[in-house]
Amino acid sequence: MATDLESIAAPDPAALAARRRRDGRRRRLLKHVVLIVFGFAMLYPLLWMVSSSFKPSDLIFRDASIIPSEFDFGNYTEGWNALARPFHHYLINSAIIVGFSVVGNLLSCAMAAYAFARLQFRGRRLFFAAMLGTIMLPIHVVIVPQYILFSELDWINTYYPLIVPKFLATDAFFIFLMVQFIRGLPRELDDAARIDGCGHFRIFWRIIMPLCLPALATTAIFTFISVWNDFYSQLIFVTDPDLYTVPVALRTFVDSQGESAWGPLFAMSLVALGPIFGFFLAGQRYLMRGIATTGIK
Amino acid sequence: MTTVPTFSRGRAPGEPPPQAAVGPPEPRRNRRSPLAKREGRVAYLFLAPWFIGMVVITIGPILGSLYLSFTEYSLLQPPEWLGLENYRRMLDDERLHTALRVTFTYVFVSVPLQLALALALAFFLDRGVRGLALYRSIYYLPSLLGGSVAIAILWRQIFGTEGLINQLLGMVGIEGEGWVSHPDHALSTLIVLNVWTFGAPMVIFLAGLRQIPTMYYEAAEVDGAGGFTRFWRITIPLLTPIIFFNLVLQIIGSFQTFTQAFIVSGGTGGPADSTLFYTLYTYQRGFGSFEMGYASALAWVLLVIIAGFTAINFLAAKRWVHYGD
Repeated sequence: MATDLESIAAPDPAALAARRRRDGRRRRLLKHVVLIVFGFAMLYPLLWMVSSSFKPSDLIFRDASIIPSEFDFGNYTEGWNALARPFHHYLINSAIIVGFSVVGNLLSCAMAAYAFARLQFRGRRLFFAAMLGTIMLPIHVVIVPQYILFSELDWINTYYPLIVPKFLATDAFFIFLMVQFIRGLPRELDDAARIDGCGHFRIFWRIIMPLCLPALATTAIFTFISVWNDFYSQLIFVTDPDLYTVPVALRTFVDSQGESAWGPLFAMSLVALGPIFGFFLAGQRYLMRGIATTGIK
Repeated sequence: MTTVPTFSRGRAPGEPPPQAAVGPPEPRRNRRSPLAKREGRVAYLFLAPWFIGMVVITIGPILGSLYLSFTEYSLLQPPEWLGLENYRRMLDDERLHTALRVTFTYVFVSVPLQLALALALAFFLDRGVRGLALYRSIYYLPSLLGGSVAIAILWRQIFGTEGLINQLLGMVGIEGEGWVSHPDHALSTLIVLNVWTFGAPMVIFLAGLRQIPTMYYEAAEVDGAGGFTRFWRITIPLLTPIIFFNLVLQIIGSFQTFTQAFIVSGGTGGPADSTLFYTLYTYQRGFGSFEMGYASALAWVLLVIIAGFTAINFLAAKRWVHYGD
């Protein structure tokens, strides 16, 4: 019976394997097609924005294609000069805030993380729990008293309210990220350094910090992106048009020009997104790792 | 490796060296040695910036806003004690009720959609798709951009009366309306924006999927489980901690959405308050009309709502999250 069936039904194994391979290949191909089409659909608005920034404004309303018929930089020059100051003024303002924020976060969060990960002290568990508790704290809860505090200090319309907190390790998320990372480093290194007579500051600066480079890079990139994109606190603490940052300047632009100047608006929006694209391309590895480690641990 | 020097116990300069291995077992576990004390002092130095920040920038303002929530305060005169008046006012505040409705709709429609999409794509991308890194990056990109003013501006155009969406609809002969300017649709455009940023939870899902041992799938396959069963009986249960983590994270984040609504509506929360997010309303009360007391009360209610949902999430998690034991 069995031999009968086999002789009828079973084709030779080689043909079967070939067919399975072909099916597998077809399925894989289909998968790629789906992934590519979906990815393209997701990026379509962005690509269209790029191409529209080269089109005259009236064409933007008629042309949904992402290949511009002509390359016209008119929107860029127009947008660059559309506000009270040329656009690079706002780019520099944003860059100042971002630069100090990155340095502040790196230093203050790394120091706190070293203490939490490596040192014994009274109240360690309590402080650590308190630190974790502030990770999810909505800024909306603290903004009013902060505003009062900073206006008492005469800091409204300066960049101090945006920068000083970064030097005080208020982004607890990054402390947590670095604590996780430092805990993964072998303690033997610290011990060896201590036998050689290193103090805690030297161990921190010469051993832990260099080994933490990936975590520091992740922190730097995330700080850059979040501060560059930040709108809420910049809107509240900076009201002097000379001190406007890129997001606040863009908001003034869209509110004053409205629907009439999509071309220049798109052009300046893309200028605003440029640095983020750059960091995204350069720092992908760190971004992915940052999300994955904090996500899993 | 024979002897590991220990540095946790030191001895005072005059103290005789401890007698090796003989004598009573070390007493004084709780009297801290000089070296431990020194380490403690060093630790406080390292923590000093954080500590100042915690007190001045975080905890102080939290308590400050709690106090202000019981007062009337316009920044010009000193706060005036009102008791529970601000909280009572909320019960009759129609715009607040609208803001709550808008925000809850946004959170409970966009977060499940976003996570479902993230999970589906993570599952689709997992295990040996060539070019995984490239796909992952492409899908992740919107997460980096989604909160920016620039993208909100783009959204305002895309869903405008003569925007990209209506152009595309026009090609197939459908005449669309102005999505951002219509009270029934404006919120949907922001929901789409939030779903568009599914890349971050997807990356977290991908990392989680990688932790699931392949042998589970192999064993299930041997037992004749199909793709769907494998997904439902292996992937989902083992992934529940990650799903849970993403859920908490996205709910907390979505409740605080501000920039997108502000830019798309020009700061008004319009049309007809249809995008009046809770945070936007709080901003209008606080920094628009300088009712700092009422704004603080609103902020505290937001804190309680977020804390409540986090707590509910944690409680519910006990029932459905498998931490794999």
